[in-house]
Amino acid sequence: MTGRSRLELVCPAGTPAALRTAIIAGADTIYCGFRDETNARNFPGLNFSRAEMDESIAFAHERETKVFVAINTFPRAGQEQLWRHAIDDAVTFGADALILADLGLLAYASDRYPQIRRHLSVQAAAANADAIDFYTRNFGVRRVVLPRVLSVGEIAAINREINCETEAFVFGSLCVMAEGRCSLSSYATGISPNLGGVCSPGSHVDYHADDHELASILGSFTIHRVSRDLPAPYPTVCKGCFTTQNFRGHLFEDPTGLDASALIPQLAMAGVTALKIEGRQRSRAYVGAAVRNLRRIVDNYAAGLPVNEASLIHLSEGQSTTQGAYRKLWR
Amino acid sequence: MLGSDAPEKRKSAPNSRISLTMGPLLFNWPTERRCDFYARLADEAPIDTVHVGEVVCSKRLPFYLDSIAETVDRLQRGGKTVVLSTLALITLPRERQYTVDIIHNGEYEVEVNDIAALAHLAKEQAFRVGPYVNVYSGGAFRVLAGLGASSVCLPPELPIDTVEALATLARSLSVGCEVWSFGRVPLAVSGRCYHARVHKLTKDACQFVCSRDSDGLDVDTVDGRGFLAINGVQAMSNTYCNTVGDADRLRIAGVTALRLSPHSCDMIAVSKTFRDLLDGKLDSEEALRRTGEICGEVSFSNGFLFGGSGSEMVRRPQVR
Repeated sequence: MTGRSRLELVCPAGTPAALRTAIIAGADTIYCGFRDETNARNFPGLNFSRAEMDESIAFAHERETKVFVAINTFPRAGQEQLWRHAIDDAVTFGADALILADLGLLAYASDRYPQIRRHLSVQAAAANADAIDFYTRNFGVRRVVLPRVLSVGEIAAINREINCETEAFVFGSLCVMAEGRCSLSSYATGISPNLGGVCSPGSHVDYHADDHELASILGSFTIHRVSRDLPAPYPTVCKGCFTTQNFRGHLFEDPTGLDASALIPQLAMAGVTALKIEGRQRSRAYVGAAVRNLRRIVDNYAAGLPVNEASLIHLSEGQSTTQGAYRKLWR
Repeated sequence: MLGSDAPEKRKSAPNSRISLTMGPLLFNWPTERRCDFYARLADEAPIDTVHVGEVVCSKRLPFYLDSIAETVDRLQRGGKTVVLSTLALITLPRERQYTVDIIHNGEYEVEVNDIAALAHLAKEQAFRVGPYVNVYSGGAFRVLAGLGASSVCLPPELPIDTVEALATLARSLSVGCEVWSFGRVPLAVSGRCYHARVHKLTKDACQFVCSRDSDGLDVDTVDGRGFLAINGVQAMSNTYCNTVGDADRLRIAGVTALRLSPHSCDMIAVSKTFRDLLDGKLDSEEALRRTGEICGEVSFSNGFLFGGSGSEMVRRPQVR
């Protein structure tokens, strides 16, 4: 016996095929969403129809894998039925937990389906014990997905104070801002990620080339300008290049992906219950590779074996990684 | 547990007078300038409610904490309703403590800008909800009203039809409904300080470089076009939101208050222009022209309410 807890690996699925791949690769739990505005990865061609969700949950349960359904955007006043139906259907299909962010939906789910686990989405950005306490007390939230602004030490301190589980992102793209509280994309395009589930929507992306350079444009704003022989960066505002009086470059964050796999022992000791892989929008091959690698690390840790960093760098954004806020080098 | 269908309070008679709120000062001004600003507001501005307190960065607070009591007193003697605002992002122990201290002040209404602050409210303590809390749905609005919210300043990115739906609900619940109406729009908040980053400093050793930019630091695209602004940990719009030309539409939507956010331009003149417009002493074209004159070389926007993107300025025909 090592006395080490076995962390739950929560893995993304943007399609039923990705769900099956992730399960075969060793996921303990899949998280996914319906094909509409009710989830925060509402990209064209992604997500689950009602029939697909029904079948996929059954498939997962046959293999002793749990499915969490993300209904984690914010309903527009007057159009809440779409979101409430998503909750009703997820419950009908046997979802193991609902991942929610909106206060109204949390109230609806806790009133209507008290027996179904409610998890707080990272989109609610509950970054301290007081916020978490509010959600557990008022809505019976059983687990909180922690915002990516916290250090390992801060996570440990939070876990000492709260009476629900925490889930921390371990790998994938990094939101630079407090999640669910960002209108940068909306300012450039008019489409709110909080309301519609898409950040920097493809419909508002354009690329302009001249003899020497390629510009990536969101709405009408140039977000990147690179030499023509380089790949065009996708124009996500928080990862763009801008200028101020005395600065030119990646103002908010360098274009790196999060890889906290080396910190898995510290996260476990900080009291985290589950590790989350970001990337419902990513390919099946990506999901399979990420899940396999992290499965090995989590199992090695639980078995008391050394934790080798995953060979995941080729999967990361810009082929470079950061441990993000977990180590807060910028503090 | 909080019910999703809490019974509505009795409907109050619609009150067509829209009040004006001066939001909290978001920028890092020297204490003396800060005190002078509030003293002038107290004496001269046709503002009903004034917010005081730090919303952006807890590191700025020690510089002016001791002046707050005098500022509040001055504002009250000037006939203003004073609200104490709390931080938009609470992570550090000292930030939690500061929030608790404000919530338990025992005298003034507080504005909650992070859900965490709700955890400390006394039973039946009235509070206001700031623009940093995600109130997009009727359900969320009802939950907050059920907890005792007396007023909600809606997230600035909401379009006018959603504002109207929430303002209608607000009226039925006898809760105020405020809209971001003047000033750079807060777009995002981060754990990281961008002022420190562009000056190649760490957050802990930031040298308070944000104090050099009284309206935030302009951020341009690499093509040289104004796009955003940074203010410590906050990302803002480069444009100043300005709804002075849209007040009639906001009145029809049922909005009860307009929020003006302090900048270095003459905020007394800005508030007088808004008040004169609301009182029918100015038409919207003239009001818009005057605010342009007061602000000088800034671009205005009202695109979150009316446009295809938040950055746009949509000139609409007047609603009569």
